[in-house]
Amino acid sequence: MSKTTGRAFENKKLVGELFTLTYGALVSQLIKDYEKDDEVNKQLDKMGYNIGVRLVEDFMARSNLGKCQDLRETADVIAKVAFKMYLNITPVVTNWSLANDEFSLILENNPLAEFVELPERHSDLSYANVLCGAIRGALEMLQLEVETWFLKDALKGDTATELRVKFIKKLTDALPAGED
Amino acid sequence: MTVFSVYVVNKAGGLVFQYDHQKTSIELEKTFSYPLDLKLEPQTDYVTVVFGQQDGIKVGHVILSVNGKPANGRKLQDGSDVMEFIENEKNYPLNIRFGRPKLSSNQKIMMASMFHSLYAISVQLSPESGSSGIQKLETDTFTLHCHQTVTGVKFIVISDPKQVGVDSLLARLYTIYSDYALKNPFYSLEMPIRTELFDSQVVAAIEQTEKVGS
Repeated sequence: MSKTTGRAFENKKLVGELFTLTYGALVSQLIKDYEKDDEVNKQLDKMGYNIGVRLVEDFMARSNLGKCQDLRETADVIAKVAFKMYLNITPVVTNWSLANDEFSLILENNPLAEFVELPERHSDLSYANVLCGAIRGALEMLQLEVETWFLKDALKGDTATELRVKFIKKLTDALPAGED
Repeated sequence: MTVFSVYVVNKAGGLVFQYDHQKTSIELEKTFSYPLDLKLEPQTDYVTVVFGQQDGIKVGHVILSVNGKPANGRKLQDGSDVMEFIENEKNYPLNIRFGRPKLSSNQKIMMASMFHSLYAISVQLSPESGSSGIQKLETDTFTLHCHQTVTGVKFIVISDPKQVGVDSLLARLYTIYSDYALKNPFYSLEMPIRTELFDSQVVAAIEQTEKVGS
């Protein structure tokens, strides 16, 4: 965290906690509405997708980055710029597959699940599934179709949270002119 | 040192937002006595001057109002036909206001999609691969600046040739779009933007660019 004056730091922390609280309220309401963990996961992914589709424009407007040349660059930008900008964390990019089309983002501490403990009856719930949807939605707007899922979840007893991203294909049908 | 208008075009080439920032539009009002020495001709949307330029009223100008009553195409607001009213000697002396015709919204939508296609053609024309499309279109009376985002949204600004700072205006417009359009949950993607917040932010950005530009 950057060094800020006492007051500003307090304010940032409070806003961060409000965010965590809001997300928790959202997940609990979804559980009440849909009951099955599977359904809730699907809904979280859908919501994440809608967020990602809009957030990507904000990201491009603020970061002034051009197109990435390959998946490695994309992964770096997601981890070092995007996650840093929006959640103030920098996940580590690892576990590249042999064909270089799959990678993992290791999140040391997930700000969405800061105060959360997952009970036994919701062991199938991907609590932070909205992140998967957001990455999928954002990359789809940039003509990259990917599949995202959680490999490991700190809430389910693993040491850290691992988000896997797999490249499916480049979407060439709706390519804006000049991008190839 | 003016920005004339702003267009925002979506991925598919449809016009999503359009704003005309014109502080002074040239309008001339003159009193006439019978017979009228201008030759007028009715067109589909307006009655235009075709002959007899005088006193600043030029060929191509259209009738905006007669005797203070605004003209709605070829008829006045009370329903009477403009040409008949003018040809009737009993109505003289009368007051006619002329001005340059403004583009209708349908015409603007057509222009936007045409520009979208021209942009794509310009990418094909380039001898190098991976070229961008039209970034600047210069004429003697205006310059058109275009910025296409990675996601395919185009921001087009038509300004005075001497206007500076349009690049930063385009970047600012992108930020305003990502904030006031995309972060509004009631706005559906690719649809026309009809929110006052967005409008006022665009106006503020344009005014700032005009102030800074020398």
